[in-house]
Amino acid sequence: MSKDYEVVIGLEVHAELKTQTKIFCSCSTAFGAEPNTQTCPICAGFPGVLPVLNKKVVDLAITTGLALNCEIPNICKFDRKNYFYPDSPKAYQISQFDMPICINGYLDIDVEGRRKRIGINRVHMEEDAGKLVHQGDITTTPFSLVDLNRCGIPLLEIVSEPDMRSAQEARAYMEKLRAMLLFAGVSDCKMQEGSLRCDANVSVRPIGQVEFGTRTEIKNLNSFRALERAIEYEAARHIEAIKGGETLVQETRTWDEEKQLTRSMRSKEEAHDYRYFPEPDLLPLKISQEWVNSIRAAFPEMPEQAQKRLVEEYGLPEYDAQILTLTPDSLAFFDQCLKQYPDAKTISNWMMGEFNRLLNQNNMEIGESKVTAAGLVQMLKSIDDGTISGKMAKMVLEEMFATGNCPEVIIREKGLVQISDEGTLLTLIDDIIKTNPKVVEDYKSGKEKAFGFFAGQIMKATQGQANPTLVNKLLKDRLNHIQ
Amino acid sequence: MALTIAEVEHVAMLARISLNQSEKEQFALELGLVLNYADRLKSLQTDNIQPLDHILPVSNVFREDVVIGSPDREDMFANAPMAEDGQYRVPKII
Amino acid sequence: MELFELTVHALQQKLASRQVSSEEIVKSIFARINKVDDKVKAFITLTEEDALNKAREVDNAGQYKGIAGIPLGLKDLFCTPGVNTTCGSKMLADFVPTYASTAFRRLEEQQGILAGKLNMDEFAMGSSTENSSFFATCNPWDLTRVPGGSSGGSAAAVSADEVPFSLGTDTGGSIRQPASFCGVVGMKPTYGRVSRWGVIAFASSLDQVGVISKDVYDNALIMKIIAGHDHLDSTSAALDVPDYTACLDGDIKGLRVAYPQEYFGSGVDAAIKDAIKKALLKYEELGAIVEEVSLPHSEYALPAYYLVAPAEASANLARFDGVRYGYRDNEAENMEAMFSQTRCQGFGDEVKRRIMLGTYALSSGYYDAYYLKALKVRRLIADDFTRVFKDFDIIVAPTTPTTAFKLGKQSGDPLTLYMNDILTVPVNMAGLPGMSIPCGFDQGMPIGMQIIGKAFDEATIYKAAYAYEQSTNFHTMKPALGVE
Repeated sequence: MSKDYEVVIGLEVHAELKTQTKIFCSCSTAFGAEPNTQTCPICAGFPGVLPVLNKKVVDLAITTGLALNCEIPNICKFDRKNYFYPDSPKAYQISQFDMPICINGYLDIDVEGRRKRIGINRVHMEEDAGKLVHQGDITTTPFSLVDLNRCGIPLLEIVSEPDMRSAQEARAYMEKLRAMLLFAGVSDCKMQEGSLRCDANVSVRPIGQVEFGTRTEIKNLNSFRALERAIEYEAARHIEAIKGGETLVQETRTWDEEKQLTRSMRSKEEAHDYRYFPEPDLLPLKISQEWVNSIRAAFPEMPEQAQKRLVEEYGLPEYDAQILTLTPDSLAFFDQCLKQYPDAKTISNWMMGEFNRLLNQNNMEIGESKVTAAGLVQMLKSIDDGTISGKMAKMVLEEMFATGNCPEVIIREKGLVQISDEGTLLTLIDDIIKTNPKVVEDYKSGKEKAFGFFAGQIMKATQGQANPTLVNKLLKDRLNHIQ
Repeated sequence: MALTIAEVEHVAMLARISLNQSEKEQFALELGLVLNYADRLKSLQTDNIQPLDHILPVSNVFREDVVIGSPDREDMFANAPMAEDGQYRVPKII
Repeated sequence: MELFELTVHALQQKLASRQVSSEEIVKSIFARINKVDDKVKAFITLTEEDALNKAREVDNAGQYKGIAGIPLGLKDLFCTPGVNTTCGSKMLADFVPTYASTAFRRLEEQQGILAGKLNMDEFAMGSSTENSSFFATCNPWDLTRVPGGSSGGSAAAVSADEVPFSLGTDTGGSIRQPASFCGVVGMKPTYGRVSRWGVIAFASSLDQVGVISKDVYDNALIMKIIAGHDHLDSTSAALDVPDYTACLDGDIKGLRVAYPQEYFGSGVDAAIKDAIKKALLKYEELGAIVEEVSLPHSEYALPAYYLVAPAEASANLARFDGVRYGYRDNEAENMEAMFSQTRCQGFGDEVKRRIMLGTYALSSGYYDAYYLKALKVRRLIADDFTRVFKDFDIIVAPTTPTTAFKLGKQSGDPLTLYMNDILTVPVNMAGLPGMSIPCGFDQGMPIGMQIIGKAFDEATIYKAAYAYEQSTNFHTMKPALGVE
């Protein structure tokens, strides 16, 4: 970034809440249904209908507020936000304007070793709009089609203070926010599926200036990487414009992932007049201290708490603790393993190492894989009791990953049981020694490599199934007894 | 005091109602009349009065998060002016 | 007396004692409709075949409980599955809902029989039913005059004996005013007493479903059926509904009756003031204590109403955009044009006027001065009533400043038309129950007396209304209608 200017970033995040039904009606929220098969007169804005609030939405909103260190005022209400668009059937969105459910929160992020607090201005509840499908590009399509399945899905809008000063900070905030929402169990936060959406507000100002510069809003950010790139692009664009003496327009721009730039979203009325007023069909919400306390009491363990526990109670390094607590599924898996297998570090090594490699390779989340905690534990125990070697375990894990079979079955079917019978091994060792007298001489004259040769030969002869520790011991024994 | 034509045009745009010139003039006058009448509210001192936006002294009306299901798409489309592939068809946006 | 002339309770008796069948009643009703409705023009849609089928079903089952087998009419903004629901508007001329309004469903569950859908001012906006997209309804007492509005069809149909009772809605007086003009009983209960589910919305914080009937007893009977909590309407009150007919014992000794001086001003016809004053004397005769009071903010109710109601309406009617149902301008080249042209062609002038008024009152820069201000004034108006009700049981006043005016007379100046609501609007602003009951005539046209009660105290209104009604015979008088 420029030395003379600082970039100021605020993020507006929309998270779809994990409820069974929509916010104001009892239609299902399940993803992927045929168009308009999850709509009813209420969410489709038919005449004569009325909204009724889903209590679970409020529970999850309070949960989020607690996770984000917010104040939860004891009264809030809904308002109508009025605008016309085919994906907005009532031509108003029921949202919260001046009395949102949570205010004045924060998230602490870590960027390049520094901890920074990012303020959260507010969290409010609102309903999602439907989907508009164009035949090709929005500017050339002869007509559009409207699918209202998504209409009425509950959303939380989380608005940060403009406290971020770099694309990295913005990314760190998003990653932290995503983790908090996942751990709090309020959303499944899948950016690709649209259950987590982010708009960035970017402005620049000369370093030292107090007033904010002109702000632009960037939409269509579908990944954390896009967020970073878009912010960097936009900040640079602002600075260039200012240096060139151009006036920046306060506007909404869209991120073009293909061309890696932002484009102005041409629209006739830039400043929408939403004409907010209190929603008369819904009653105000009184959030009692008891309600908040009951949610706090049932609060799931958050990443920082879990990391502390992993470090203090199980002696794991901080790095391990951070990796294992990236998602609630990963932490749950780890904890499940720990119930049946006391060596936390071993579990951690396998999870961060081989298991993670397989997941990344197959572009899978831990919850989607066929490997179970019980399975992994069984595999670890098989190593411990010498049935398989560590190296063979890697193969077993790959099989478990591919087939979902348990280690016992895999070991048996593939005949992977380690050869630990001394008699068998000694026979092989004696044989190899007898047929390689020159190598014996090399070993006797101090060439360490010779030992490796023998060991390698044994492994080759047994298709890698010889117990390596035992081989080393017996081989050394035998070789040292030769005159 | 009538509204200006520009004001009427702005409101008509916000409300998505197209008006011809004579309608704009007519509404400019009529809306002006009603708003003028409404201006008498200004004479009331209301600085410390709480707006009455909900009549009933009730709060916290909820529904449980249980799927009841949706009506058949056919029923939902029974009154649709234009539909295609199970979706409402609208003319191009721009 | 002919069957079509009878009240609900009279019909109940005849059915229960097997003197007549439901089919005979329904046939009598439709014969009456066929005879008079080309003059009265109360109905938009008739459901004769269905009605006869339902009547036969009831007769076959042979059980006549509640209102089983008795026909009714509904203002055309109550959603009726399979039956056209137009809201008096070109915008919904072909709309057929697949869901039912709760009020109707409760009547249907008791085997009440829908005779048809009744004419109204478009989207409930008006006080004469002349704003209907289709045609104007005529007052059965004088066919050259309006029946009132917006539930004009509902009141005229009952007045003309086309149905024994009907449902209407009242946002600023739309049940009470037409009931007053047509010489029938119209009751708007407390806001939240009857579910608004399935009722096409005009102004959400003011709309309320009510009953129009030939007498107080019928009204009480029907109200009991339709009232009560509905989980589909968050604003519906979770309160028990008393048996209103049980309150009708005629004993009102000690009842404290207030009459507000502001409702007897120079804007109200002398004949009307006289009729109400006579009614107040009657109340004293019956043992009530009658006193004058003041509701000082009364004059501000109408201007505040004409900011709040249109504001809410502007949002409620925004969904009529031609996308999912209703009228659509198919010639439109793009989406914006489709919206504006659909709404230009689908809505009448009064609707457009109110939408724009409401949009203006909510718009940036004007919200505080208009909408917010109106909500604050609303509280002042409600507080006026609260204060009076500390010491009184009911408030009595005229329902309307004039009797029914001539058709076509008041078009041109919106404000003059709005002034018709001046005595009814404060009640909606305060969310209170209010009834209009016949109390006299001026040059052959009915005069209505308004009885206003405490929140959720419809019972006292019914009691007071019944006592008055039974001491007069206005409820037995019927319009000649130029037919024998």
